[in-house]
Amino acid sequence: MGENKIKVIVSKVGLDGHDRGAKVVASLLKEAGMEVVYLGMYQTPGGIIKAAIDEDADVIGVSYLSGEHLVYTPQIAAAMQDHALDDVLLVVGGSFPPEDIPVMKQMGAHEVFRGGTLTQPIIDYIISNVRKKV
Amino acid sequence: MPKKRLDSPREMVQRLLAGDRRIAARMITLVEDGAEGCNDLMKLVYPHTGKAVVVGVTGSGGSGKSSLINHLIGKFRNQGKRVGVVAVDPSSPFSGGALLGDRIRFQAHSLDEGVYIRSMGSRGYLGGLARATSDVVRIMEAMGNDVIIVETLGAGQDEIDIIHVAQTCALVLTPGMGDDIQAMKAGIMEIADLIVLNKADLEGANLCLRNLEAIVHYSLDKGESRWVLRVVPTVASASKNENIQGIDDLVEAIEAHQAYLHDSRAIDEVQAKRVEQELGLVFKDELQKVIFKGLKGTGKKRQYIKAILEGRTDPYSVVEQVLGAFLKT
Repeated sequence: MGENKIKVIVSKVGLDGHDRGAKVVASLLKEAGMEVVYLGMYQTPGGIIKAAIDEDADVIGVSYLSGEHLVYTPQIAAAMQDHALDDVLLVVGGSFPPEDIPVMKQMGAHEVFRGGTLTQPIIDYIISNVRKKV
Repeated sequence: MPKKRLDSPREMVQRLLAGDRRIAARMITLVEDGAEGCNDLMKLVYPHTGKAVVVGVTGSGGSGKSSLINHLIGKFRNQGKRVGVVAVDPSSPFSGGALLGDRIRFQAHSLDEGVYIRSMGSRGYLGGLARATSDVVRIMEAMGNDVIIVETLGAGQDEIDIIHVAQTCALVLTPGMGDDIQAMKAGIMEIADLIVLNKADLEGANLCLRNLEAIVHYSLDKGESRWVLRVVPTVASASKNENIQGIDDLVEAIEAHQAYLHDSRAIDEVQAKRVEQELGLVFKDELQKVIFKGLKGTGKKRQYIKAILEGRTDPYSVVEQVLGAFLKT
C-alpha cells in the first residue's frame, strides 16, 4: 500500500546482438529495488517509446555496443519529445568513444555511462534524478 | 523533475474512456501504488467495465505462457479486436525490485496501437497475481479493449487467484512435468477450462497428452450442459514459423468456452465470483488501513509486539481486543 517504485525500461536497439551489459544493468537495478521491464534485443525507437508509455516508465535505459549510438539516440530523444515524455529520463550505456558523450547529451540523453562504470553511480544517478511522483 | 500534475479524476476517466493510453498508464500506476484517491478513480471507472472477454493464462515459469500470448494477440488483432495484456512477474522478496521479462516475447506487437501491454511485479502478493491486477483489468476494459489477457507469474500448484479475474482460464503445461497423478491433484489443475500442452514437439509429448486427456474422464459428471475440459497441444516457439502449431485450435477452444459461458449463463456466476473477490479484497484493505491508521503514532503496535514476544498475550487476543474497541467506536 502506498509504495512508489521506480520503473525502468532496459532495451537494446537496432542490429546489436550484445545483451550481456543490458542484462547486468537490469539485474542490478532489480537488486536496487526497481521494477525493470526488459525489452531485449532488436528494438525500434518507436517500440521503446510505446513500451515506456504503456508501462508509465520513469526511466528509459538504452545500451549500445554496435556503434549505432549516434544514430538511434537522437531518434529516441525526438520520439520522447513528440510524445511529451519530458518527465522521463533517457540514460544511455555501452561502449563508445568518450568524445561522443557530450554529443549524445546534446542530442537529448540525460546521462551517459560507459563500459567500466561501477554499479552504484548508475543507481545513485537514477534515484536522485528520477521524476518525483505526485 | 516532478511528475506532471494530474487532472481531476473525472477528467482522467473521460480521457481513459476515449482510449488515451498515457492516462491509462498513469491510472494503473496509481492503483498499483495504492495511491491516495485511487479508490475514487476506480469508482468512476467501474461502471464502464464488465463487457470485455477476460482470458487467464497460467502455468509454471518457462512453460511458454508469454510466447502463446504473443500468438493470441495476433489472432485477436486479426479479428479486429483491441487487446489488453496484463503480465505479472514476481517481485524480489529481498529488494522489492523485479525483472519484468514478459514483454520481450510480445515484440511482434511492439508498434501496434491496438495492443496495450502492462507488466506488473507481484509486490509480495500471493496467489499468482498482483494485488491490483483486478483493478488493472477494469481500467483496460474501460479503455476500450475487447479482449484482455492476464498472464500470471510462473505459478505452482496452488496459485489460483486467476479464476477470480478471468472468465476463461488456460493452464499451460509442458511434457516431462509428471505423470497423470500430478494431473489429478487439486488446485491449479482444477481451475483450468483449457489445458494447453505446449512444446508438444518434445519427446514424451504423446504420452503426456494421453494422460491429460484421460483425466478429463475422471471428474464427476455435473450434467450434460457442463463444460468439458479441453486439452490443446501447441508449439508456441520454433525456429521456423511453419513449425508453430495449435494456435488456431487454442483460439477456437477459448471461443468455445466463451460461447458455453454465455449460452449456459454460467457467465453470471463467473462475474458474481469476481465481484465477491473484489469486495473481500477492498474490505480487507480498507479495514486494515483504518485500524493501522488508528494505531499509528500511539506506540501501541510496538507494545503489542513486545507483549506477544514476552508471552503476556498472543496475536489472537490482540486482534480481538483492537477490533472490539474499534467496533464500539
